[in-house]
Amino acid sequence: MAIQRKKADVVIVGLGWAGSLMAEELTRAGLEVVAIDRGPWLDTATDTPPAVDPDELRWSIRRELLLQPGEYTLTFRNNSGQTAVPTRELKAFQMGKSVGGAGFHWAGMAWRFSEWDFRVRSATLERYGAAKLKGLDQVQDWGITYADLEPFYDRFERIAGISGVAGNINGEIRPGGNPFEGPRSREFPTPPLKDSRLMQMYRDSTAQMGMHPFYIPVAHVGSAYVNPLGVSMAPCTYCGYCMFHGCGNYSKSSPQACVIPALMRRKNFTLITQGYVTKIHKAEDGKTATGVSYFDEQGREVVQPADIVALCSFTYDNARLMMLSDIGKQYDPVTQTGTIGRAYNYQTCAGAHVWFEDETLNPFIGAGGLGIQVDDYNGDNFDHSNLDFIGGAGLLTVSREGMPIGRSGLLPPGSPRWGKGFKQTYKDNYQNYGIIFGQGTSMPDRDAYLSLDPNYKDRWGTPLLRMTFDWNQNDRNMARFIEQRAVDIGKKMGAKHVHTFNSAAKSWSPYDENSNHTQGGMVMGEDPRTSAVNTYLQSWDAHNVFVVGASAFPTNAGYNPTSTVGALAIRTARAIHEKYQHNPGSLV
Amino acid sequence: MIKKKTALIGGGLAVLAGAVMLGLVIQANSTARSAVADDVVRLADFKATDAALIKQGEYVMRGADCAACHTAKSGDFAGGYVIGTPFGDIQSSNITPDREAGIGNYTERDFFNAVRQGQGRHGLLFPAMPYTDYVRMSDDDLRALWAFFSTLEPKNHKVDELAGMNFPFNQRLLMAGWNWMFFDNKPFAPDPAQSPEWNRGRYLVDGAGHCAACHSPRNALGGPIAASALQGGLVGTWFAPNITNDPHQGLGDSSVEQVVDYLKTGSDGVAVASGPMAEAIENSTQHLTDADLRAIAVYLKSLPGKPQPVPAALASTDARMQRGGQGYEVHCSACHGTQGEGVSHMITGFAGNKAVLAANTDTLTSVVLGGAKAVHTHTYVTGAGMPAFDWKLSDSDIADILTFTRNSWGNSATAVTEQEVAKMRKQLGLPAQMRASVQ
Repeated sequence: MAIQRKKADVVIVGLGWAGSLMAEELTRAGLEVVAIDRGPWLDTATDTPPAVDPDELRWSIRRELLLQPGEYTLTFRNNSGQTAVPTRELKAFQMGKSVGGAGFHWAGMAWRFSEWDFRVRSATLERYGAAKLKGLDQVQDWGITYADLEPFYDRFERIAGISGVAGNINGEIRPGGNPFEGPRSREFPTPPLKDSRLMQMYRDSTAQMGMHPFYIPVAHVGSAYVNPLGVSMAPCTYCGYCMFHGCGNYSKSSPQACVIPALMRRKNFTLITQGYVTKIHKAEDGKTATGVSYFDEQGREVVQPADIVALCSFTYDNARLMMLSDIGKQYDPVTQTGTIGRAYNYQTCAGAHVWFEDETLNPFIGAGGLGIQVDDYNGDNFDHSNLDFIGGAGLLTVSREGMPIGRSGLLPPGSPRWGKGFKQTYKDNYQNYGIIFGQGTSMPDRDAYLSLDPNYKDRWGTPLLRMTFDWNQNDRNMARFIEQRAVDIGKKMGAKHVHTFNSAAKSWSPYDENSNHTQGGMVMGEDPRTSAVNTYLQSWDAHNVFVVGASAFPTNAGYNPTSTVGALAIRTARAIHEKYQHNPGSLV
Repeated sequence: MIKKKTALIGGGLAVLAGAVMLGLVIQANSTARSAVADDVVRLADFKATDAALIKQGEYVMRGADCAACHTAKSGDFAGGYVIGTPFGDIQSSNITPDREAGIGNYTERDFFNAVRQGQGRHGLLFPAMPYTDYVRMSDDDLRALWAFFSTLEPKNHKVDELAGMNFPFNQRLLMAGWNWMFFDNKPFAPDPAQSPEWNRGRYLVDGAGHCAACHSPRNALGGPIAASALQGGLVGTWFAPNITNDPHQGLGDSSVEQVVDYLKTGSDGVAVASGPMAEAIENSTQHLTDADLRAIAVYLKSLPGKPQPVPAALASTDARMQRGGQGYEVHCSACHGTQGEGVSHMITGFAGNKAVLAANTDTLTSVVLGGAKAVHTHTYVTGAGMPAFDWKLSDSDIADILTFTRNSWGNSATAVTEQEVAKMRKQLGLPAQMRASVQ
């Protein structure tokens, strides 16, 4: 017999960025919120203080902050004709193992998507005509525009203390910022960090090539900062231990650093850790949900009733829980009907490793997202008329590659890999390595989707999620183009060796680590036939179920997803407490 | 003083002294002031309805910080909070209106007796309950407090307050003698020569605020040492610093505004509260009005203290300073800043932080060894964490780093010794520094 908990106004599944931002809005509005996270409680100062944070072996190599495949995995195949098998090492997607989710160990790039990214289909039709979308029939608009999301991007950036230089304030293009970005209502809350030598070189070379370099907006605060929730942050010290690490300096924005301190002091907020949610309960009429079931730390089944269910459990479990709970119709790639699991997308990456001679780059001075980007080949910022693809990539360099173990593998091709020769080469190259990384768009495809695996189950006897994905031709073509742009920049910078990489040059594999950005499967939109949730991330099939996260992205942009996840979460939460709670029903 | 005395005179004096003593014991334990309060209606049978009075009572409760000690896991005001003393552990009582487990059977007069004279219905209270300060609280404030307590939810949580006290210190009657020796059973007397603000400040500091409970040193019997009032005292493994206007170790260099800021937000921009003071700010001072906080600051800054000669700063060439400087750079500077500047209202700064300069280094050694959590307030919610370094640094590493912080950026204080750190490591029950084992 399952244990019954007291009913809450809202149950939130997963307390990462999306869940904590939702909880912040909803509890501030007076709602009784219970959040359930499958991971344990971890906090920055107690679990990753500066005294243990720069432990590369523990955090970066062994990845102790990440969910391990023994705790959670999914099955994978490249196409519907194959049999999927469980992924034994989580490299292409990196879930957080604790409260805070991936927001605890993320690198920190905090982008807004461009105006084009929200309306890829309409914009492509307008500029190039229908022929340009041949083979891309699942490409669709988000149903909201950049302008709709701007106030919520702004709110996220204030909460997270994002450091940056605005390129466009209310339509006025500003020096030093990204001239291609959508209009912002104001400047970033904290100033930029200082440029590294590598960043200066990148700025100079790309500017000389006619491009428009700018400082990457990043979640490392550029000065001491108190956010609108009264949470304090301390200036970044450029230690460089950000990606896969927690930040004990209170300098990297995370749910723990920015939201949870305020949340935990509210009496109408309850957090349940190590609760593994397996199901959303449906009401008798099947049109609404009544709560969720989870297994607690001792393995007991517990029911948490609630008036509203918000799934904030990362792309995969958002889709999986909807499937396990039989809400909505699962996507069928043959008939192309159903929406749950449809339009899974990833991030297409290509670029170049470069090595200079006699430089002093001091790579130990860095931060997870400290870098310079050009957006001249991102989105639709360049003419695609004579190109065989749509989309593009942000081309960036980043100063975070100073770690002694990780760097030992980044030597020019043909370098000795052991012994005296290796040591000498490593020594010669430590001060001379740089990266040019193209982080690109990803378009949905009819044979890229999420479903339940028919063969493999987890420890609770529930089916694993099955991912079916490979690069489509559009994205392969785009990556080839971007790879060449990286070569051009590397040469201009004066690199002695330029060694390219292109993730889309072969079939996608969960063991390749290029980006861990994973989107779609529960996509938002205006049409219930092609979207799983409406533009408020509200299920078309159960109006009190909201599915929040990158699972809602119908297409992926050439940027990191976090700020867009945050903005969507805040927008959804606000719609819930401003409208839905007073008049439950469809918000559109 | 009498240097010579005959047996006769001595005997006569003894009788006289006995009579005087008896009189003083009676005086020290007199509850005559409580006569103004009702002695019929029990708390459990009474529910105040005067909203303004209840609100005033809640404010008085905040100022007196009742919640800090009377609230533990058992719930608000249900007692069970353990207070360690040199005489054993004492547990706070249940002060909800429950008849059995709480103070439901108290009349208003019983309540006055308990709060101001330490006389409960079940016997004399121990001065862990600061009636020695509360004695200065006014009838009006106590009436409001009584009204507030009548609104609390009764909680049937029984507490054996003295279970952890050793014989003979678990004998309540002993307190009659203690009161004679140490309890100044007198109401607050305003000083007409001072401003109303100063008098209000003194009323709060010496009365409800019971600042002396931590900030005044105590003698071997737990009694206050009047001559050293508010010049620093011990609280477990913490040293509650000098809060007189002493320019070197006290508030001499702080403005009234900075003291107010500290009590309201947990930090004056340099020092950041943690430990018992963090609790006092969270539960008590942040809830007080700006006018009251200002009055407290004005009064504290009027106390001259007993300034001691300032030790000369150690030379930066001193070997301890050299080692400590390197240690500071590696282990401390990322958060506390290369110039000891900290982060305003979040991370403690050391430059110009008088609490760092105290002769007693218990707070410094215990925080570095065991870590600490900073205060969180309505204004600043974070409560930043200081990690523990017991596993990472040796006693001499810590001594050198502390010596460096006490003698850099304009600071000057005595060096911290390895022995002081070792003593605190033992007191905290922490293992030795972790070392790589060689097989």
